[in-house]
Amino acid sequence: MASKKFLYVNRKAPHGSIYALESLEVVLIGAAFEQEVTLAFVDDGVYQLLQNQDSSALGSKNFSPTYRALGDYDVNRIFVERESLELRGLAKEDLMPLTWEDEDDDWAEKDSIHVVSSKELAEIIEQQDVLLNF
Amino acid sequence: MKFSIMVNEGPYTHQASDSAYHFTAAALKAGHQIVRVFFYHDGVNNGTRLSVPPQDDRNVCARWSELAQQHQLELILCVAAAQRRGLLDQDEAKRAGKDSDNIAPGFEISGLGQLIDAGIQADRLIVFGD
Repeated sequence: MASKKFLYVNRKAPHGSIYALESLEVVLIGAAFEQEVTLAFVDDGVYQLLQNQDSSALGSKNFSPTYRALGDYDVNRIFVERESLELRGLAKEDLMPLTWEDEDDDWAEKDSIHVVSSKELAEIIEQQDVLLNF
Repeated sequence: MKFSIMVNEGPYTHQASDSAYHFTAAALKAGHQIVRVFFYHDGVNNGTRLSVPPQDDRNVCARWSELAQQHQLELILCVAAAQRRGLLDQDEAKRAGKDSDNIAPGFEISGLGQLIDAGIQADRLIVFGD
């Protein structure tokens, strides 16, 4: 099967609409297809990765722990736009730690999240074959 | 060129399904190939056979069925998105113990793998939605 570069662009808050949850469902299924997978979080999408989420007052499912499984699915290219974080008064420390184990480096635990500028993210987008916006 | 189409919004509330339909019809008319049309999020609501729009308006759902019949078009509703929103084919309805199915002709229920495959097979995946 031909290998392509898939980028999932997450632009919306985790709650208030279903896009974030259903995006994550596509990512998890897509991870089984042995394509190169990259995730980007921009605009309100950066809220999806916030630490200590509690959706109990909303009565909706808190699916944020699922992001921690991404490393096990070899999804470890996760880019968060710096400008989106700063506009919302957030920093990388506010995000949940997402890591993966590098098989080629004695299973060293490495950070999956990379905070990049809008310009750097544009370059990453430019390199992709398939873009899915959520 | 080989196109795959993704429709992420339901009929009437949002223009996504209309735009996707017009793009798909125009691409076929111009001799391009459509690998698959994949309906996700509220887009699965395009696959109901129970929609009854006013007679002086377009029939968004029926139009997809007609296009599928004319061009052997593959119209796929995501199973997880469809189950949440009450779009069931005969098998799904039976399995869930429901008294009816409601899938329009030409539509099929399948998994998200069909979306990834559509992205792999096509030269371009075109997404219609917000």
